[in-house]
Order: sequence, then C-alpha cells, then structure tokens
Amino acid sequence: MPFDQILQYFLAGVTEGAIYATIAIGFNIIYNTTGIINFAQGEFLVLGGMIAVTLSAFLPLPLAIALAVAATMAVGALVDLVFIRWLASPSVLRLVVITIGVSILLREGMLHVWDEKVRALRHFTGSEISSVRFLGAHIAPQALWVLGIAAVIVAVLAIFFRFTLVGRAMRACAANRTAARLCGINTRWMVTLSFCLSAGIGALAGCALSPLTQTQYDMGAPLAIKGFTVAILGGLGNSMAAVAAGLILGLLEVFSISLLPLAYKDAVSLAVLLIVLFLRPGGLFGRLEAQRLKEF
Amino acid sequence: MRRYLPVLILAAVVIAVQLVVRAAGAVYYLTQATMAAYYCLVTVGLCLLMGYAGQISLGHAGFFAIGGYVSAFLTTLRLEAAAPASRFLSRLGVLAERQDLYENLLLGVSPWAALAAAVLATALVALVIGLPVIRLKGHYLAMATMGFGLIVFRVLLGTRFLGEADGIGGVPPLPLFGLEVSGGRAHRVESYYVAWALVLAALLLAVNLIHSRVGRALRSIHGGEEAANALGVNTTRYKLATFVLSAVFAGVAGVFLTHYNGGIGPSEAASMKSVRYVAIVAVGGMDNLWGTLIAGALLNFISLRGYLGSYDDAFFAGILILVMLFFPDGLLRPRWLKRGAP
Repeated sequence: MPFDQILQYFLAGVTEGAIYATIAIGFNIIYNTTGIINFAQGEFLVLGGMIAVTLSAFLPLPLAIALAVAATMAVGALVDLVFIRWLASPSVLRLVVITIGVSILLREGMLHVWDEKVRALRHFTGSEISSVRFLGAHIAPQALWVLGIAAVIVAVLAIFFRFTLVGRAMRACAANRTAARLCGINTRWMVTLSFCLSAGIGALAGCALSPLTQTQYDMGAPLAIKGFTVAILGGLGNSMAAVAAGLILGLLEVFSISLLPLAYKDAVSLAVLLIVLFLRPGGLFGRLEAQRLKEF
Repeated sequence: MRRYLPVLILAAVVIAVQLVVRAAGAVYYLTQATMAAYYCLVTVGLCLLMGYAGQISLGHAGFFAIGGYVSAFLTTLRLEAAAPASRFLSRLGVLAERQDLYENLLLGVSPWAALAAAVLATALVALVIGLPVIRLKGHYLAMATMGFGLIVFRVLLGTRFLGEADGIGGVPPLPLFGLEVSGGRAHRVESYYVAWALVLAALLLAVNLIHSRVGRALRSIHGGEEAANALGVNTTRYKLATFVLSAVFAGVAGVFLTHYNGGIGPSEAASMKSVRYVAIVAVGGMDNLWGTLIAGALLNFISLRGYLGSYDDAFFAGILILVMLFFPDGLLRPRWLKRGAP
C-alpha cells in the first residue's frame, strides 16, 4: 500500500476514533456517578443531530447546534428524573433493562417525529467536495471539525472535573457516594447532572458527525455499542484512556476494510468487544481492581 | 402430579382455541397462534436462563436466526446429483428431492437432516460463545450477548450466499408422520397442533429440569453464586449448560418457523427481537415458566396480528420499562400460577 493511501486510511480512522471516544466519554460520565451503563447513549447523538437539522432550516448553524445540545441535555435530565432517580437501590440488571427500554422508546419516538429519512446537517465550513491537502492525503474540513470538537470536549471536561466545585463534587460522588453525601453534596442532582452532561456531549458529537455520515433514527445502537467497546477497551470509567482506545478501534476498523468486505466492518469492532471482554475485562490499560477507584 | 396440571390445562386450552376459532369461522387466527407458539418456545428457553440461572441474554434472536438459516440454507441447496459429494450424502440418506415452480427436480438436504445440523450448529455456537460469556456479569454480560446478536445480524446482512437483506426463501415444508409443517392453508390446523405440541414438550422438559438436582443447583446460583460455589455446585458448568439448552430451544424454534413461513430474513436476528424476548420473560416474572408462556402467547399474538401498527417496538419497550420500574418481580405471578413451584 502506498504511503499516501495509508495516510488517507489513517486520517479516516482517527476521525472515526474521535467520535467513538466522545461516545465512550459519555458512557463513562454516567457510569462513574451511578454505576449504570446507559444504553441510550447512542440515541443522544441521533437526537442532537436530528434537532439541529430541523432547526438549521431557519436558524444560523451555530445557534441551531447550541439549541440542539441544550434540548438533548434536557432530555437526558428527563431520562434520569423519570426513570432512574426515584428507584430505591435498584439492581444492575434492572437498570440495564430500563435504559435499553428508554433507548428503544427514544428511537421509536424519533421515528414518529422525523420518519425514516436520512438527513444531514450542513458542513460547518466548505461543502462535501472541499478538502484540505495534507502530505498527499485529502482530509475533509468537517473531519477537522470532528477532531477539534472532540479535543475541546476532552480538554473542557478535564478542566471541569479538576478545577470547578461542581466537577469536584461529581468526582467525590463517583469515589464514594455515602461520603460525598455526608460532605453535603446532593448526590441525586449529581446523577441528573451527569445524564445532562453525557446527553450534551452526545448531541454535540452527533451534530459534528451528521455532515459526514448523515443522521437516521436507527443509527444510535451501532454507535452506542462501538462507544461501549471503546469504553471497555480503555477501562470502564477512565475517560483519558478512552481517547487512546477510540483511536485504536477507529484505525482497526478502517484498516479492516482493506482485508474484509465493507459489510463486515461493524462485525470487526464487535468481535474486538467480545475478545476484550473475555481476555481483559479491565481494559487494555488497567486492571479490574484498579478500576474500582473511579477517575474521570 | 400437581406440577403437570398446568401442562394438561395448556393442552386443553390449545384444543379449545382451535375449536372456538373454527366455530367462529375465523381459522386465519391460527396462523398467528402458530407463529406465536414458536416465539414462546424461545422465551421458555430464555426463562430458564434468566429466571433460573439468573443470566441475561440480549442475543437470543441470534440463536434463533442461526437455527433458521442453517436449515433454510441446507434445504434449499441445489446439488448436482452426479457430484461425488452428493452421491456420498445420498448414500447417508440425508438428501431429498423437491420440485421448483417449473416442476424441475432439485436436490437438497432433507429437512430432518437439516434440522439436526441446525441444532448442532446452534449448540456449538452457544458453547463457544458461552464458555467466555457466561463468566461475565451485569452490564458486561448484557453487552457481550447484545454484541453477539449484532454480529450475527451484520454477518447475515452482509453474506451473499445467505441472501443478504432478502434472506432465504422457498424453504420446503417439514414432513412429520404424515403431517406437514408449512404455511399452506391445507396444513394450517396440523401445523398449529405440531407447534403447540412442541411447546408442550419443551415445557415438560423445563418443568422436570427445574424440579431436578440441576434445577436446585440453578436456583442456588440465582440466590447467591458464591454460596453455591462454596457448597460444591459447579456454577459455571450449570450456567453454561443452561445457556446452551436455551440457545437450542431458540434454534429449534427458528428451524420450525422457517419451515412454516417458507423462508427467513435477517430481521429475525435484529436486536429488537432479542429485547422483545427479554421483555416477555420480564412480564412473565423471570422465574415463572407459566407466566412467561402466557405473556409470550398473548403479546406475540397481539403483535403478529398487527394490532399495534407502527408502535410495535415502542409497545414492547414501554412494557419492559413499566414492568422493570413498578413490578421487577413480574406482572403475572398470582399464587395459582406458582402452585407447581416449590
């Protein structure tokens, strides 16, 4: 394979990996504060994309995206308030099944609101034919936007969790819920906030992704399962490792196309998920024991 | 004797339904009742796994599809009669001739040999997947089984010789002691009875299993796996065996429904199908075979008749959420249903 072709594949893999990493971070935030894997995470991406597409018809693009993110955050908070918050010490299995149900409800709701048509947001800059040359490879400006937005999300989150009072309260809640409550932190609102935050991140990623891969009501589940693969690969709850794991999976997927039929691309990442679950359930970078000390 | 009473009641209900439907002149209801029976078979197996061994599986539609596709693929083969492989197979007696639309003779694997192959394939896949999967817990187990189901779906959708998005059609009927499992109008009543007889047989097997040493071991796993281990129960082995058994139930259901429908498509492996099976078991009350059966028969029938329209999936998701929020022990567990259980 010539160098520029390898570079082309590499860039595509990095772009996909960045998206997977942001989904994984969404999983991690909720997992850390609640111990729940939110199966509806993928639906947040689609919902954000859909709302932005609709709003962008009569609003400037940045405003449409901002409103879409806000609306999805409200939906995220609602999911917690309606389905999760008032349950007294529910089992993991119960929560898993509830979030699966919520994801299907969201998906079916979107089907009835936006039908099954494939939609796409405008490219943030340029159009689908514009490209930037980079060492002989072509990269779409939108891919740069995706990378930039993912980087900003990671950086802002890191600052939020280390240096703000609310962020520190969420970390305390993740480390030890009872102790956090004793310190006067309202842990219930921290859970709601974590759902808000995950939904917002998901919606933003969904908007950035929409011009590249289009948005359809039923693409949430495949995205969620890849995000989950990445979260597991990096070690559940560890967001920085999720970025590295996202890039690994993205590259693996893209290069698998040169060996296997395109139709099997999703099967490759699922196979990675199963293999990692069997061999290293603690992730590539950590151990299961170390993971109990949750860190964002 | 008490534990077999529900089996007799079910047999009576099955016969009563056929008579009532006939008297009312609405025999077409039997078509959906037959299909519902096969989906019930899947949920009975899943109930053993979820309720008694305490393991969730979000990939059972995958096993259903594996059974159905293996059978469909083998029975619709077009073998050359003169080829050495076909001659070898026909000497084993596993080949069958059939006619196509233009009355040309085609040579494929006989439905019963295909059934055996399908069951074997399902059990083998379940064993290979189950060995590592069954050691996982909580959301790891949920995601791993869901991932398995999605892989099956993607592979079916992307494989040329399995018909890609179209699936496999033209599957011949399954002959059975002079009866026939097929969707033709002439065979509607007999197919209905065959389907429910199969469910009855599966229930008998499940009931006996629950009341045996194996059943007690499984319940001890559900109660507390570490305690069960300490008492000398090989929990991994029992969980694995239940996983494989429930997968085989799903595979057999897949084979029969494929013969009944005359074909199978990739949508049978869709993750929504798996979620639907889990929802039915949850409504039935997890460790309640009879509750699962009633929930499965009613909900599947309603859904297959198309009463829910485009809100089909949303209906099952809504039920699943409501049950899990308000009745985590299941809806259908009045005392008369639990009589057979210890």
